[in-house]
Amino acid sequence: MAIEVRIPTILRTYTGGAKSVEGAGDTLAGLFSDLESRHGGLRDRLVDEAGLRRFINVYLNDEDVRFLGGLEAPVRDGDTVTVLPAVAGGMA
Amino acid sequence: MLTISHALRAQIIAHARRDHPDEACGVIAGPAGTDRPERFIPMLNAERSPTFYRFDSMEQFKVWREMDERDEEPVVIYHSHTSTEAFPSRTDVSYASEPGAHYVLVSTRDEGDPEFRSFRIVDGSVTEEEVMTGAPGAAADASDSAVRAVDATLAEPE
Repeated sequence: MAIEVRIPTILRTYTGGAKSVEGAGDTLAGLFSDLESRHGGLRDRLVDEAGLRRFINVYLNDEDVRFLGGLEAPVRDGDTVTVLPAVAGGMA
Repeated sequence: MLTISHALRAQIIAHARRDHPDEACGVIAGPAGTDRPERFIPMLNAERSPTFYRFDSMEQFKVWREMDERDEEPVVIYHSHTSTEAFPSRTDVSYASEPGAHYVLVSTRDEGDPEFRSFRIVDGSVTEEEVMTGAPGAAADASDSAVRAVDATLAEPE
């Protein structure tokens, strides 16, 4: 079962520099746990106690997972998950 | 050092002034590995706020995918401060997630002075860098060197 997960530059330290890794799971939560088993520390950059971290965007194929159930979004073989840290900032 | 054309510098400043009093934000993409800003991509500030900016999630996805397809990267990530100086704030630093980008700030607090400045933000550390403004492709051409010397002077904080 292969789900492609695209990793942004700043998180490639967890994947040995790889731009893309593969994983398995029935939900996004399951997929992240699976990735964590091979890329320790990665999950903590994506998820906190409340769920998906607020300033990390995660997309399942072409949609933002916030609209698909967040961590409970169903995933399956052949899907592509893309992670992009939000570009944000402010005056303070 | 950031090398950027007059035209792109002017587009950033115009965007900031147009969106004032909200913060303006955007990207300038360039061919991967060249450090050349070429393609101006103003972004919607999804926060529409005078004190905070954030790229719209789906717009960011579309732009990043397009850059990937075109073998480009975000060379410049710019935004404006509307009542404070053009210097990265604590939130600017904590959310900076493209270590290879030049983070350009302008300020619209003073109509006459855009305070156009550029910074590297890597691992939570901010370093200001020189901005060299000139015409694109203005390389080692003797006849242009006088023009470039004047441009470099104009690129200093006004």
